[in-house]
Amino acid sequence: MAIYVLRKLVFFLGAIFIASVAIFLLIRGAGGNVAAVVLGKGATPEAINALAHSYGLDRPLFVQYFDWIGNMLSGDLGRSFRTNERVSDLVTARLSVSIPLALSGLILGLIIAIPVGTYAARNVGTPSGAILALISQVGVAVPVFWAGILLSLLFGVRLGWLPTGGWTDWSVSPWGAVRSLVLPVLSLGLIMAAVLIRYVRSAVLDVMNQDYLRTARAVGMTRTEALLKVGLRNASLPLVTIVGLQIAELIGGTVIIETVFSLPGLSRMMLANVAAREVIVVQSTVMLIIIFVIGVNLLVDLLYGILDPRVRSSR
Amino acid sequence: MTKPQTNRPDALEVQNLVVHNTVLTAVRGIDFTLPAGGRMGLVGESGSGKTLTALSLMGLLPMGWQANGTVRHDGVDLITQSDKAFSSRRGRTISMVFQDPLSSLDPVRRIGFQVSSVIRRHTKASKQEAEAQTLELFRQMSLPRPEQLMRAYPHEISGGQRQRVMIAMALACYPQLIIADEPTTALDVTVQKQVLRILNNAVQERGCALMMITHDLPIIAAMCDTVAVMYAGRIVEMGPVSEVFRAPRHHYTKGLLDSQPTMDNIALDGSSRLASIPGMVPPLHSLPRGCAFHPRCSAASDRCRAEVPQLETGQRRAACWHPIEAGADATVQAGVTA
Repeated sequence: MAIYVLRKLVFFLGAIFIASVAIFLLIRGAGGNVAAVVLGKGATPEAINALAHSYGLDRPLFVQYFDWIGNMLSGDLGRSFRTNERVSDLVTARLSVSIPLALSGLILGLIIAIPVGTYAARNVGTPSGAILALISQVGVAVPVFWAGILLSLLFGVRLGWLPTGGWTDWSVSPWGAVRSLVLPVLSLGLIMAAVLIRYVRSAVLDVMNQDYLRTARAVGMTRTEALLKVGLRNASLPLVTIVGLQIAELIGGTVIIETVFSLPGLSRMMLANVAAREVIVVQSTVMLIIIFVIGVNLLVDLLYGILDPRVRSSR
Repeated sequence: MTKPQTNRPDALEVQNLVVHNTVLTAVRGIDFTLPAGGRMGLVGESGSGKTLTALSLMGLLPMGWQANGTVRHDGVDLITQSDKAFSSRRGRTISMVFQDPLSSLDPVRRIGFQVSSVIRRHTKASKQEAEAQTLELFRQMSLPRPEQLMRAYPHEISGGQRQRVMIAMALACYPQLIIADEPTTALDVTVQKQVLRILNNAVQERGCALMMITHDLPIIAAMCDTVAVMYAGRIVEMGPVSEVFRAPRHHYTKGLLDSQPTMDNIALDGSSRLASIPGMVPPLHSLPRGCAFHPRCSAASDRCRAEVPQLETGQRRAACWHPIEAGADATVQAGVTA
């Protein structure tokens, strides 16, 4: 088990290093210059170069890379060139929007997907099972922004129950914040659920055909009891992996949803900074997200070792 | 071998059991009675319907299959029981041991938990009491280091140990009947005998009835009082083991007995004298008319091709138009009863 954890940790660090190089090169390769954006259209090349020099952007790339990485390692995520705000402050200010959004979206997705997927598996070959499979198929095909717009039209415009967009901060009104999050979470959760239902269904179907489920019934469990007590625990193994992989999908979804509903979250902050070529802000924020995603998957791998005794002893 | 005790009600009384799905009928009307504490062997080739028979007795038929007829056990007709009512009997009055112990145990739960939770389910035992009983069961099954085994996972122990755990689980609540479906087929030859001996002793101590499903005739000879031979979903011959094996009346039974390898009929130089039954088991969707065995039978007549022979009544029964008369054929191998 110790070797298993160690191997996963080495892999984790390696992946983060590769990601850091990739992000650095991608954002530099995108072209454009923060100095040009700051100075506006009429600026002379000399003025732009002078400003870029003061930002340190004319240094060789590898110097800039190690400067950035070195600061990151010492806990300094850097500052915005234009506003001189610290990236760490920029990020934490947005997390009170993005974390509740992503987490609730995922939880809602699971709350819908686990019972519905299990039901679909139990009713495979019947009309109700087929209808559920069809609905989730349609759900997978629906783009998340379209779902958001439709929900906003129905609950925001037609029924007027909820705001169609915008944000009321927690400090102003917690209830207002919750109201601004309902529709975004609903759109994200429904789309997550559609994807997850299919995985839950196939995981449960697989477990239903296992001999140990028959044994569970042979020693006195009813069909339903065996499925819930023995089946779901075993079906959760592949699902944990899937949910880990879906985290990246989830963050992609929040970028779109924050834009559709004009939420001042992490993703929108990042998009604005990409447009402004605030390289340090973008690099550091993307890096944080990547560390989070890879970290979640590391956690999933370790959790898998706890959930499945076979993994523990074989690795 | 224990003789059936007559003062207790029969462990199982099966009448006209039919198992079918929407297209196929795999078990086509079988009748038998298993007295309390009795031991019956059910033999037949793959596809003869023996496993589906067993699963229908447990109410565990795979999706799409259905059982009809009467199965009386412990004062109720099992066929008409709801899943809920039936489930309260499974593991308590009627139990089953499956073929493959690795895939039949929950891979993510400790063995001790799996067995003790069966005890807790059916009795009022506390967690500690159930664990103590489990430990005692493991000792009865001659499992090594039972305390450590309690905390082991199925993949951590050997196949023979796993099957003994399965047997412990099936016998935990002192059932009236245990059904063993090829319990040693998936095991190494070296441990088969040991597992059978343990099963035999445990069943004997509890006085519970045993239904042994196998295609291995010597196992039946060693462990059972009566034997029923199945072919294409029907019982074709039934009777006391010693009589059926010594003097089979059905040509299929004789064929089965002749194709058992013994030290006499296996020649090491390759010139095997081992007999085999010509042809193969007919597929369920195209069973021949008349006696299902007639295309493979040397004694088949026009009548065999036209009419289905019914099982005779009495102790010693065969379903054949031209049964082999006792003493008519002296070449039957008696070796299998050893």
